[in-house]
Amino acid sequence: MTSAPAQAVLDTFPRLLLHHAQVRGDRPAVREKDLGIWQTWTWRDVAAEVRALACGLAAQGFKRGMHLAVIGDNRPRLYWSMIAAQALGGVPVPMYQDAPAAEFVFVLNDSEIAYAIVEDQEQVDKVIEATPQVPTLAHVYYDDPRGLRNYERVLSFEALQEIGREFDRANPGFYDAEVAKGSVDDVSVMLYTSGTTGKPKGVCQTHHAFIESARGAAQFDHLTADDSILSYLPMAWVGDHLFSFAQALFVGFTINCPESGDTVMTDLREIGPTYYFAPPRVFENLLTQVMIRMEDASALKRWMFHYHMGVAKRCGAEILDGKPVALLDRLRYAIGNLIVYGPLRNVLGMSRIRVAYTAGAAIGPDLFRFYRSIGINLKQLYGSTETCAYVCLQPDGQIKFDSVGKPAPGVEVRIAGNGEVMVRGPMLLKEYYKRPDATAESIDAEGYFHTGDAGIFDDDGHLKIIDRAKDVGKLVNGAMYAPNYLENKLKFFPHIKEAVAFGDRRDMVCAFINIDIGSVGNWAERRGIAYSGYTDLAAKTEVYQLIKECVEQVNAELATEGPLADSQVHRFLILHKELDPDDDELTRTRKVRRGFVADKYAVLIDALYGGKAVQHIETLVRFEDGRTGMVAADLRIEDADTSPKSTIAKAA
Amino acid sequence: MSAPKTESVRKIGDTILKLENISLAFGGVKALTDISFDVREHEIRAIIGPNGAGKSSMLNVINGVYHPQQGTITFHGDVRHNMRPHDAASQGIARTFQNIALFKSMSVLDNIMTGRTLKMKANFIEQALWIGRARREEFAQRAKVEQVIDFLEIQHIRKTPVGRLPYGLQKRVELARALAAEPTLLLLDEPMAGMNVEEKQDMCRFILDVNEQYGTTIVLIEHDMGVVMDISDRVVVLDYGKKIGDGTPAEVRGNKAVIDAYLGVAH
Repeated sequence: MTSAPAQAVLDTFPRLLLHHAQVRGDRPAVREKDLGIWQTWTWRDVAAEVRALACGLAAQGFKRGMHLAVIGDNRPRLYWSMIAAQALGGVPVPMYQDAPAAEFVFVLNDSEIAYAIVEDQEQVDKVIEATPQVPTLAHVYYDDPRGLRNYERVLSFEALQEIGREFDRANPGFYDAEVAKGSVDDVSVMLYTSGTTGKPKGVCQTHHAFIESARGAAQFDHLTADDSILSYLPMAWVGDHLFSFAQALFVGFTINCPESGDTVMTDLREIGPTYYFAPPRVFENLLTQVMIRMEDASALKRWMFHYHMGVAKRCGAEILDGKPVALLDRLRYAIGNLIVYGPLRNVLGMSRIRVAYTAGAAIGPDLFRFYRSIGINLKQLYGSTETCAYVCLQPDGQIKFDSVGKPAPGVEVRIAGNGEVMVRGPMLLKEYYKRPDATAESIDAEGYFHTGDAGIFDDDGHLKIIDRAKDVGKLVNGAMYAPNYLENKLKFFPHIKEAVAFGDRRDMVCAFINIDIGSVGNWAERRGIAYSGYTDLAAKTEVYQLIKECVEQVNAELATEGPLADSQVHRFLILHKELDPDDDELTRTRKVRRGFVADKYAVLIDALYGGKAVQHIETLVRFEDGRTGMVAADLRIEDADTSPKSTIAKAA
Repeated sequence: MSAPKTESVRKIGDTILKLENISLAFGGVKALTDISFDVREHEIRAIIGPNGAGKSSMLNVINGVYHPQQGTITFHGDVRHNMRPHDAASQGIARTFQNIALFKSMSVLDNIMTGRTLKMKANFIEQALWIGRARREEFAQRAKVEQVIDFLEIQHIRKTPVGRLPYGLQKRVELARALAAEPTLLLLDEPMAGMNVEEKQDMCRFILDVNEQYGTTIVLIEHDMGVVMDISDRVVVLDYGKKIGDGTPAEVRGNKAVIDAYLGVAH
């Protein structure tokens, strides 16, 4: 049963927190693994922590309408900082914690940050580095004191709370009065877009938008206060804000913060969440690990695994969807569940998962089917920062591998003439911060938000996203060219980590490939191919042959897909370095910056289209500590065989 | 707010370790000849020198593994002769090794727990049955070990057998085990040998943090001059078992004998 609150007064997150502290004060709200032990805070604890923190901020001069930067990994205290800011009528601005100081400057300035709560010394250092360019920034607080003893004028989280408790004693009615002042239409959070195109924009979302999105999702998936989720995705990402913040506070379920970024897998297994959210990349890595480990297993185990995976592939997803399946297959699946799928789910930390979502990028059909076939209710959703990550959801039992589901409760979706997906509903952004031009451009007179994605509805009313509307181009012969669609097909191979396709206004399609060092490295070791590192491995003839097979397989698939048959990859090369956000080639959410890559590697594109077989290139790389170095290589360019157009449409 | 002050709160204190006229020979091979230097409380003291200069021998002398034929060692005011490594450990000296000396098939956690052995008082029966003191102690010691794990950021490999870890991480585990003993004097034998740039930077950070946060006095041997000059307070230079330089990094860098020893000199 859904225990979500219904009263009209519970219309801001600080009020929701007070509500939970009353009705389920002793239930766990937040867990964090610290010093090897899971520490728990109940809803009552959290309410007290937030109160002390909010009062501390108030005593330090934080006022209604101000912005609070929140930077760091998923830490309970950083989540509390966001509620504390909201309680005072301020707006939290979570920022990507792995961005270098130079990237902080823009957001800190754009949102006129005066107060920041950050995780540790690393973040403090970066904020300090940015300070000369951010005149407004005056107050910095940190969570983890390590290495910060000698810093002047930065204050610890504890000290801030101590100030707050004193302030609270002196002004007993202050906090409740501040919470009471909050309005449902206040901006509750500002999330910056990843900046795939141009400078990041601050998306202002109200309490109303996120609460309505949480309410819809909670109804849709029957979330209850007994659910539990692992919070490990960047706090600045809308997905984490919806799942770990808005939904958790609306429904009252428990969030679990991992010990560190490297322990997520172990922590997942220890917690066994019932509700899970991860981008396709994570699911892909998990599967790759499982497959690598299975390759190393004994012959008997390998046989058991492959036999039962075959059974699961045939009927697992259908059983999960409640569709009719032959009795014999059901029996086989039941045995498989006992000896393979169950243990596998346990190893993945997914034994208790009721609902799992993936979003943010296209997920490979094989990958998607794998998880569903072993009994994990993995579904896709569609949304963006501007829509609280809440537009379409796949209903239980109606899962299609290539769609993102049906419009969520309360959301209207319409396809524009040019194929662009347009949405309307309570989850829409209030505005882009200080960018009325961008706001006017993206929301039309009827209140529809232009997502910039190209999509189509299928016969059952499921939305299918093809590409970014602006990326859909044409080849010289007029055939449609959807680069993302093509790249995703390539990336579905475990050996290919990243692909960048070119073809708009050209006579054929060519591609850059990044190999997956884990997967290809393992493949090479198995064959006794020695290599020293990424650059060396990427240049091996055998690796080129391996990738060529993948490309040709994609070509064969494309040949059957009517209008996309002309998008087959004619020539490709394997890049000598991995595309990296530190080199501005990827966004922080790891999407390829197509234009930037095209400019940076223009010489390689010329070589692809100029028919050259080898091209020398030198590239500047930036290390994590900000220093730079050069990588040089002679890149081979390979031709791939294309398949003749076929009129036989392949069954999806 | 502002950048960290250049001056640290840690105050370099009095001399805690004094080596006077140390000579060590293995048969006819003179490993160390008449070497004297001191180590002050809370400082980072580097020992550098070309291969075979006697650096590791020096560390082994401090640690009580080798017994010099001549000279005196004064630690915390006590002159010691023929000290054994066991005594060194109980007096608060911990070390890491040039060639990693961990228990390869034991987990990281268990390896670090061995660093706490001296703090455990439970007897064999209690240990075997895990009752009484053994149980209480394990909880207390584990808590300490977890702090070290947190400090060195190795949570993700807590349960991994050491043998499966890459070299750089093994080095970090070894440092963790030494730290678990809560030493007052930490001896590091080439903590950064064989590491890549990033691992070296991490290790530097950890060494400085240890020194800063726990006030641990550190004596380290290192080949990477950049590292040595960056993090040490004072440097002693050995060549062919003799001391040829002693002073701050800047002084040592300008020392003619040191330059000759490192770059070679025409005869």
